[in-house]
Amino acid sequence: MNAVDEIERTQMKKKVPSFCVGDTVKVHMTIKEGDKERVQVFEGVVIARKHGGVRETFTVRKISFGVGVERVFPIHSPKVGKIEVARHGRVRRAKLYYLRDLKGKASKTKEKSRQQIQKTRQEAVAGAPEKAAASS
Amino acid sequence: MLNGLLGKKLGMTQVFVEDGNCIPVTVIETASCVVCDKKTQERDGYQAVQLGFGEIRKKRVKKAQAKSFEKNQVPARRVLREFRCEEAGDVQIGQTADAGIFEPGEFLNITGTTKGRGFAGVIKRHGFHGAPGSRGSHEIFRGGGSVGMKAWPGRVLKGKKMPGHYGNTQCTVLNLQVVKVEKEKNLLLVRGATPGPNGGLLILRKTKRAKKG
Repeated sequence: MNAVDEIERTQMKKKVPSFCVGDTVKVHMTIKEGDKERVQVFEGVVIARKHGGVRETFTVRKISFGVGVERVFPIHSPKVGKIEVARHGRVRRAKLYYLRDLKGKASKTKEKSRQQIQKTRQEAVAGAPEKAAASS
Repeated sequence: MLNGLLGKKLGMTQVFVEDGNCIPVTVIETASCVVCDKKTQERDGYQAVQLGFGEIRKKRVKKAQAKSFEKNQVPARRVLREFRCEEAGDVQIGQTADAGIFEPGEFLNITGTTKGRGFAGVIKRHGFHGAPGSRGSHEIFRGGGSVGMKAWPGRVLKGKKMPGHYGNTQCTVLNLQVVKVEKEKNLLLVRGATPGPNGGLLILRKTKRAKKG
């Protein structure tokens, strides 16, 4: 393995919480204000996951006081702490940019049924060892 | 004390620093750096340390150079570069120089050869804006426009920016901060970009005028 990849590997988190595009997540982000540090929670729908490896980011969209707000988080950033999945959304696209044009009820993602959640979990588990084998 | 090193650019990536911010870094490998010779005031009229970098098969070394390696009893190296050094008393010929001479937070001047771009037009080479794509313009979109006046002065002014060969020239980037030093692996992480392609030779020197703040 080359040295650049090795450095990237040391920068990555060992365990990244599993969540999908369409899920509603609560992202715990540490913020520095002067000398103080506090945790801010950003809750919204994941509309995209981009790039790979240490550069992977995800975009969270929420409606704040009637205004759409989007925030991009680097998954492996030490500032991004816990990522809780509040709701599993059922979507048929990898990027949900169309939500930007929708308002009110139309912009809601349908909740996944239990079977679907289980299915994606199984896929994730089945995919994980393959991924590990491919990268080692 | 050595004040510089030779290295190979391995590529760029990003790292998260202590405050959680993400910064771009260039990874430089400085393995196989050896002090091949020293220039002294008495013998050469100036003081310098000659560093060799990059392994090479014995067969491939020029005979004249092989002799000099043999005389100093140092392994053969592909590239030789001199570093002006006033206090070279503690540097021994044959000693290996590793990334450990630099410390995180230090600033370096890094010299390399930029990527060659061949014969390039004025837009790529000099950053001209080009002609409008519509509104009556035709045939000429990426041209440089007029090159001068008419009967007076009757010639093109010197230094006129025109198309021509671009890149493949020496370039030095000043004040690049060392982010991390990995001594065992002989790797150096430097903030920002360095000239040249991945795998290219870089000359790293400690800066004399460090950036403030």
